[in-house]
Amino acid sequence: MTTWEVVIGLETHAQLSTQSKIFSGAATAFGAEPNTQACAVDLGLPGVLPVINRGAVERAIRFGLAVGAHIAPRSVFARKNYFYPDLPKGYQISQFELPVVVGGGLTIQTSQGEKRVRLTRAHLEEDAGKSLHEDFVGLSGVDLNRAGTPLLEIVTEPDMRSAEEAVAYARALHALVRWIEICDGNMQEGSFRCDVNVSVRPLGQAAYGTRCEIKNLNSFRFIERAIECEVKRQIELIEDGGTVVQQTRLYDPDRDETRSMRSKEDAMDYRYFPDPDLPPLCIDDSWIDRVRGNLPELPEARRTRYQDTLGLGQYDAALLTASREAGDYFEAVRAAAAGVDAKLCANWVNGELAAALNRADLEVTHSLVSPAQLGTLLQRLADGTVSGKIAKELFEILWTEGGDVDAIIDARGLRQISDSGALQAVLEQLLAENPAQVAEYRGGKEKVFGFFVGKAMKVTGGKANPAQLNELLKTLLAG
Amino acid sequence: MSLSEDDVRRVARLSRLALTADELPRLQEDLSRILDLAAQLQAIDTRDVLPLAHPGSDQAPLRADLVSEQDHREAFQAVAPQVERGLYLVPRVIE
Amino acid sequence: MSAPTPAQDKALALPDRGLRSLTQALAQREISAVDLAGAFLQRLEAAQPTLNSCITLDRERSLQEAAAADALLGGSEDAKAAARAAATTAAGPGGQGALPGGLIGALAGIPVLHKDIFCAEGWRTTCGSRMLENFVAPYDAGVISRFKAAGTVSLGRANMDEFAMGSTNEHSFFGAVRNPWDLQRVPGGSSGGSAAAVAAGLAPAATGTDTGGSIRQPAAWCGVSGIKPTYGRVSRFGMIAFASSLDQGGAFARSADDLALLLDVMAGHDTRDSTSVLRQDGAFSASLGQDVRGLRVGVPKEWFGTGLGAGVGAAVQTALDQLQALGCELVAVTLPASAQAIPAYYVIAPAEASSNLSRFDGVRFGHRAAEYHDLNELYERSRGEGFGAEVKRRILIGSYVLSHGYYDAYYLQAQKVRRLIADDFARAFAGCDLIAGPVTPGSAFALGSNSSDPTAMYLADIYTIPVNLAGLPAMSVPAGFDQGLPVGLQLVAPWWQEGRLLQVAHAYQRATDWHQRRPPAFSGAAA
Repeated sequence: MTTWEVVIGLETHAQLSTQSKIFSGAATAFGAEPNTQACAVDLGLPGVLPVINRGAVERAIRFGLAVGAHIAPRSVFARKNYFYPDLPKGYQISQFELPVVVGGGLTIQTSQGEKRVRLTRAHLEEDAGKSLHEDFVGLSGVDLNRAGTPLLEIVTEPDMRSAEEAVAYARALHALVRWIEICDGNMQEGSFRCDVNVSVRPLGQAAYGTRCEIKNLNSFRFIERAIECEVKRQIELIEDGGTVVQQTRLYDPDRDETRSMRSKEDAMDYRYFPDPDLPPLCIDDSWIDRVRGNLPELPEARRTRYQDTLGLGQYDAALLTASREAGDYFEAVRAAAAGVDAKLCANWVNGELAAALNRADLEVTHSLVSPAQLGTLLQRLADGTVSGKIAKELFEILWTEGGDVDAIIDARGLRQISDSGALQAVLEQLLAENPAQVAEYRGGKEKVFGFFVGKAMKVTGGKANPAQLNELLKTLLAG
Repeated sequence: MSLSEDDVRRVARLSRLALTADELPRLQEDLSRILDLAAQLQAIDTRDVLPLAHPGSDQAPLRADLVSEQDHREAFQAVAPQVERGLYLVPRVIE
Repeated sequence: MSAPTPAQDKALALPDRGLRSLTQALAQREISAVDLAGAFLQRLEAAQPTLNSCITLDRERSLQEAAAADALLGGSEDAKAAARAAATTAAGPGGQGALPGGLIGALAGIPVLHKDIFCAEGWRTTCGSRMLENFVAPYDAGVISRFKAAGTVSLGRANMDEFAMGSTNEHSFFGAVRNPWDLQRVPGGSSGGSAAAVAAGLAPAATGTDTGGSIRQPAAWCGVSGIKPTYGRVSRFGMIAFASSLDQGGAFARSADDLALLLDVMAGHDTRDSTSVLRQDGAFSASLGQDVRGLRVGVPKEWFGTGLGAGVGAAVQTALDQLQALGCELVAVTLPASAQAIPAYYVIAPAEASSNLSRFDGVRFGHRAAEYHDLNELYERSRGEGFGAEVKRRILIGSYVLSHGYYDAYYLQAQKVRRLIADDFARAFAGCDLIAGPVTPGSAFALGSNSSDPTAMYLADIYTIPVNLAGLPAMSVPAGFDQGLPVGLQLVAPWWQEGRLLQVAHAYQRATDWHQRRPPAFSGAAA
């Protein structure tokens, strides 16, 4: 029985978050009435010409710098020629031989640990329009609003060996493009779409198997399912004595299978050649330096800093760098909670806050508790003003009602009881009321200790200082 | 003839041009002549010569990322063969 | 058609038909723009059955433009605002290349015939093709906006070879144009309608485009002056593309003097065309009076070989002698790679055309076949019906040379040869100030003479094509006759030196009268 190795490479189309299109001054906003954002250039009307959007190029440079790639000082736009109704000019302006971004890589985290995925290239191109099939019998309607939206096509080496790795890469890339604010990452709207190249080979074989490309996957779940289906199909095909034919396939989520794309059955001959309407794209060092100067701290650098400088664990550091917003929130909490241990801040951001956001289905940027509120809360927890239990209640109050942390503590009498006289009185009364349990404890049944802690907390409304309570209780029970 | 009828059919298909039966032999002849003319290029020594794709400026100008275009759908679709509800209509596209 | 009015008679009787004189007459209100346009429209309409120089004439629309020009001449603030708005449009969004203030309204009321390749809002713009038989452009080409800003009046749409592909103007869906010097001959192409109309006195000026000689060759064969500027000088925005890296807009007129005035208006940066170049070269019309003595005129030996017809050769030699007599120094130059210009051109131009013409697919505009069963039939039949034979040939050749396995041998090799040709010119211009020679090997073909072998027509462009491959500015200037048919002298200048071309052409025209000769059948019209 052959053991099969899976080989995967990804080509991701990230829509760049420009105001206007890559070659025209039409708006890129999603969801407009059909063809109202398709100008003469986007429609390919006779005589119109493309002019490159500086904002699109700048975003490509940002990406290249963020993945440690080479930014080509001179790159060339080429025409990819084919006929399709959503491609108005009969060619797509793309980059072929000389792309703007060359090389680089991305580190991914999987259950097997860290892995580096190498990037081949990233190039600028224009998006196509959309064909809509639902509303017309025997006809398709063509909406060219999306035509000309800038895309960065990011191509990996065939470095991934499982669906899990492919998804981890896609997630890391998705986080990065949002992190550096070049793409809104909205997968439902098609802002971030993946084509996956899959092949299999017997483990140990050097040569790659024949690959199939599964196009236009717009969710991480579909990426995973499509790869698994395709791997299964290829292995079964080969084991049944068949051979894999290189082709373009689509994943059908309803049937959970991939199928060949009929429109791509012709062997395509794209007749690439340099677009004569566009002289080479030139990027000088000073521009690259300016872009580099404006880059935020990148996820990998931030993760390393959290682990090495702040002493966070790998898990916390990974969660806090899963998105720039999560890390930025954490940083803001830290700023508001001067002197508080970073680990405590991380615990709360990844714990209470994450759980609350999850329950409410909110992004961290829409959190109902601000970083300043949480920072103050953690200060009050760290300095003993409130107990851990009360801190959690306080968080709930902040989440549902809002308000000022200290004012709430005062108004609701949440201050921790650290007065040993008061505590002692409470405990003495408890012991007097529960002689049977006292006897059990003294007879060696130490689990009863928790019974008294619970009672004491109940009586004090959770405000007892837990350390102090433990100490006093031990002494009193010891008799 | 430097081109076969099949060659002509292949490029006609690539170019989405319907050719009639009587166009085909004539085109085979004409295109072969043009290609023979073009083939004279093969005799030129172009080692170390860089191709010249753009005779003018060798650097593309870049425009600011600003929306400068308004909606002209009505005017643009006035010249369209078939539109409905703002969409261009074509025979059903099969993916 | 109505009889000429007294005012039109007066317009027609103006002694000097040059643009300067017409502009002056208009400015002093000796004639109105409406009367002037009416006079030329009448001639165009009258000559249409004979010459077929136009695809569309729209008297009402032209006269509306003329009325607007009269308002501009009369100082109307609205008209001035409209002209300034056109100048702003012409520069493109954020553009710095708007017409200098002095050029706004500078040609107010001058009638111009436009090649039917420049999109003009509200005008049917066919590019000589069935594909665009019913296409009314929704916007103005950069060139059209600039002429609007200058206040010119559009006389109509000049006939042309379909999509500017051809050297005879026989490849128009709207029929061949006749040469006014001999109605059994072609006017040249692809801007044949523009050249024929100016030659026959039906329009004082016309626009054209030149991809491989499409201004210079018909100018030569019709005996008018034509200029193809440096690639990048004139906006290609809204000029329907044939071969993007070669196409350049230019003009026809009766003299270098007129061309300078036209080019002052046409030239300029347009941010909507990435190959348009922003330059501050000043007015071309200002360079006309400069002395030509001492200028070194390069004569390429390759252009005077066995392929050159005796009659044309003799006329061009006489013209060179005349330049020498004017004080220019003739120097021998060599352009060895230009022998390969035609093969390189017939790879590069069709390759670009095959891609440029893919947008004509029957979906968003243009011809759509009446019957089709699926998407591919829609494409194939719409394109098969919409394009004529020459266009199909070039699309097919272009697809072939770009296709898998042939790209390096044809397209890439052609681009390298293109470099060699451009380098030849650069070397030659190190030793001369401009180059002079023939425009074509012979004079105008008889109608129908090239129907059996398309490549025979291609060879007629042997002296013009190298100039396009290099992107240089060049002119054709009337320089005598070969058995009663006009012969052109070609002048080629270094990049961006249109001023020098016009200066030399102007000096030559002050010393000769070839440019004032009129076709006998139309000399009445030309007064």
